[in-house]
Amino acid sequence: MSETDKEDVYVLADDSRAPVFMAEGITKVYKMGEIEVHALRGVDLQLYEGEFVVLLGPSGSGKSTLLNILGGLDVPTAGTVRYRDHDLSHADEKDLTEYRRHHVGFIFQFYNLIPSLTARENVALVTEIADDPMTPEEALKLVDLGDRLDHFPSQLSGGQQQRVAVARAVAKRPEVLLCDEPTGALDIHTGVKVLEALARVNQELRTTTAVITHNAAIAAMADRVIHIFDGRIARIDTNQGKKSPNELEW
Amino acid sequence: MRAIHHKLLRDLWHMRGQALAIVLIIGAGVTLFVGQLSTLQSLTLVRDTYYSEYRFAEVFAACKRAPAGVADRLRAIPGADTVDTRVTLQVMLEVPGLDEPATGQLISIPDGHAPALNNLFLRTGRLPNAESTGEVVLVEMFATANDYHLGDNLTAIINGRRQQLRVVGIALSPEYVYALSAGAMVPDDKRFGVMWMNERELAAAYNMEGAFNSVSMTLGPGASEPEVIARVDDILKPYGGLGAYARKDQVSNWFLANEFRQLQTFGVLIPMIFLGIAGFLLNVVLARLISTQRDQIAALKAFGYSNLQVAIHYGQFIGLVVLVGAIIGTLCGWWMGEAMIGLYTDYYHFPILKFFMPGWVPLAAAAFTAVAGAIGTMNAVRRAAALPPAEAMRPEAPPTYRMTLMERLGLQRWLSQPTRMILRQLERRPLKAGASVLGLSMAVAILVMGLAFLDIMFYVIDLQSNVMHREDVKVGFIEPRSRDALHEVEGLPGVIYAEPYRTVPAKVRYGHRDRRVGIQGVPSDTLLNRVLDTKLQPFPLPADGILLSRVLGEALQIRPGDKLIVEVLEGPRPTRTVKVAALVDDFMGVAAYMEIGALNHLMREGDVISGANVLTDKRHDDELFAALRARPIVAGVSSKASTIANLRKMIEDNLMISVGFNVLFAAIIAFGIIYNNARISLSERARELASLRVLGLTRAEISFILLGEQAILTMLAVPFGFLLGRWMTGAMLLELNSEVMRFPLVVNEATYAIAAVAVIVSATISGLLVRERLDKLDLVEVLKTRE
Repeated sequence: MSETDKEDVYVLADDSRAPVFMAEGITKVYKMGEIEVHALRGVDLQLYEGEFVVLLGPSGSGKSTLLNILGGLDVPTAGTVRYRDHDLSHADEKDLTEYRRHHVGFIFQFYNLIPSLTARENVALVTEIADDPMTPEEALKLVDLGDRLDHFPSQLSGGQQQRVAVARAVAKRPEVLLCDEPTGALDIHTGVKVLEALARVNQELRTTTAVITHNAAIAAMADRVIHIFDGRIARIDTNQGKKSPNELEW
Repeated sequence: MRAIHHKLLRDLWHMRGQALAIVLIIGAGVTLFVGQLSTLQSLTLVRDTYYSEYRFAEVFAACKRAPAGVADRLRAIPGADTVDTRVTLQVMLEVPGLDEPATGQLISIPDGHAPALNNLFLRTGRLPNAESTGEVVLVEMFATANDYHLGDNLTAIINGRRQQLRVVGIALSPEYVYALSAGAMVPDDKRFGVMWMNERELAAAYNMEGAFNSVSMTLGPGASEPEVIARVDDILKPYGGLGAYARKDQVSNWFLANEFRQLQTFGVLIPMIFLGIAGFLLNVVLARLISTQRDQIAALKAFGYSNLQVAIHYGQFIGLVVLVGAIIGTLCGWWMGEAMIGLYTDYYHFPILKFFMPGWVPLAAAAFTAVAGAIGTMNAVRRAAALPPAEAMRPEAPPTYRMTLMERLGLQRWLSQPTRMILRQLERRPLKAGASVLGLSMAVAILVMGLAFLDIMFYVIDLQSNVMHREDVKVGFIEPRSRDALHEVEGLPGVIYAEPYRTVPAKVRYGHRDRRVGIQGVPSDTLLNRVLDTKLQPFPLPADGILLSRVLGEALQIRPGDKLIVEVLEGPRPTRTVKVAALVDDFMGVAAYMEIGALNHLMREGDVISGANVLTDKRHDDELFAALRARPIVAGVSSKASTIANLRKMIEDNLMISVGFNVLFAAIIAFGIIYNNARISLSERARELASLRVLGLTRAEISFILLGEQAILTMLAVPFGFLLGRWMTGAMLLELNSEVMRFPLVVNEATYAIAAVAVIVSATISGLLVRERLDKLDLVEVLKTRE
């Protein structure tokens, strides 16, 4: 289904599961000095509970902007975004903070761990402010780091640091996990370990997971692959035969 | 302008908040430096010009009555240049609207023309005519304070007779730049007036025809001052000589010199602290700038910029900050100097007193600042220059953290994650934290020191006036009198209690060292004139023996039990020896105390007194003062209340301003340090903090992490600053203490409290400014970049 047209996209997206996110006609315009940059040019999108979505596109296609809007880091210039009963497009700073605090887990390309806190403490930082978190130890065991609890970031490899970041993101049992190039700074071996952790979380906790990447290989492990190009959704593929991370190659 | 200069200016603009904070601290230091040293320069120049143009004498002497012919013998002293003799007389003045009598100092001038030494600067009017009678030239301060003008009459009680004097001129004299009546500590322009009068007339009124009682002289080149003084003493001895003294011991000049010394101390020491802190901050800011610009440095070097050029580039950053700070400081210093000169004109009277700033003062300030800045930043600049391009291209290695001591002790379960972050951050950079604490302590200390000077002054005043000298009025007789005079005083209206005192002018000697003092004789059961020990308990006067001020004892190198030689400078001028009973700690002047009976015995005289200390019923003060004025035996009356009021006023005028500056500048220091620390932490940790915001932490929660660190530093600095301030005050006192004034180290609790509050408030304000930036943290940016 490589050349599906836009009408079909909606048909395919129409699922019996309840949508977690509903985005309609979102645009985002940045002012960069005197130039206006159209990062998103009218995106309609729904994400469903428990699905694993990969957002694929080249640099500057708008995928990060889309992820930021879904994650409550940014608001669209026009259009609406709803997360369940929250209107994210019109939320104020305080509401967005609350939203991030209770519903979203973030994973960054460069891990963004706090260097002055150990693995356990980096996770605790989030569990301390969450409503129904797992313990930091549980979360770290989930990413296979049960034996690195008291290591500082400077004592961990890149892959290990990213897995701590995964643990930190999932420890509060978020409904949504948003990952921006989670393997971008890693080699294939360690990257796969991180992806395994993500897949495991997705399966065990039924967390809706969206992963941004420009590494097409990762698309093979997604339920759906959303191709973004020049601020628009070019097409959406549904994967029939999902691969497990250790089958991926790049 | 070359591209690299654009980069310089833009970097500065980018860090403008921090740069401004440093500029302000440099500005504060330079302001103090320029303001105080320029004032000192202005005063010194004016004084020197005044002294030389108006021929201020170099040696002074007083005696009881010497025949005019003795002057020739004085002129014959080798080394003596000009010798001027005159008649001086202390009188009481009746000033309309003033309850207590004022004291007048009458000084003779040659009939109809100006004196050869200590010449008058005539502000208006003329000198008395040669043949006229009752004409005087009045000192300007007294005329202004009491609203006397040319042609006005004033009433003096000369030798017991009321006499009308007419003001024909208003003048200033180099002898009375700081116009103090005998024994006073503070000028009282309303109650002390100097007048110059024809010699013929003054001598006649005082039975001094063909005689003199005051000598001033200048010295020729190469003359030995001590030798001349010794010769003058020898010559005047038979005529009741009271001991000659050099210009440096002349009262007005001594106070002036003392003030100059203070200006010098404050003008150099305090600015050094400021500039040291500025250097430290420059270092912190520049180190940070360099670590964020590693890639840029690498690029510059890859393009072929040499190490020297890179070093110069960052050196120029410091140079600009220093330059701007020095310019601002020089302008403010100019303004401060003008204001200080204005203040000095209230207490120090020169014909003209204009502020000027010698060119070297701001240049020295700038050079000094540049050196402080350079020392502070040398390391950072060297690091920048030494960075190999390839290494500079790579991001700095991730910082290494470890458990803090508290956690290793097992206390971590009490600490939240953000608290752990704060503690580990502090523990990872202990030097940086220590330097910040030191800087903030300096701010606290500067405040403590400034305020402590007020505490000390008021403490000394209180001690002097309420604990040691408890009389309301001090009455001095023209000549020592028998004890009957005390009964006369006791009988005056409004006198509740009167206590006699005896003052004997003497030269005290031990070995080859000597000093002139007035030996105070007081009753052993004195209530009004007590000698205190260090615990402020009354020190019992021994039945025989003499008590000396500790400074006097140290100056003479004499110890209790040693025999002191006393050369009395009045009456038959006997020379006696007396045992030193003890050394006492007192605050003002050098003093010697004896029990009045013991002193009388030493003088081989009967029950003789020099005056009385009196407790009065304030309701009858008018009658009392009128009665005292009417008595020819009374030479002078001083009221303690007005002395204290004058002292307080002077302290408030002078010290309040410098305390005000202190508060302002300490606030600037505290602000600058906290602001810079927090801004640097913010830029170093923006990514970390933004990540936390993305993870759902609120603004307040991340503010706590950043500002909590600053709060801990401030809290650590406060007690440390207390200690430092107390220590600095003590060090400053050592510098200021002299034979004339000794200050005890007193710091009130309120001083500590004010210092702490001022620094905490200023730290809070800078914290809030940084907090505002924290609120604008760009979360999206964080996801993209790696450092």
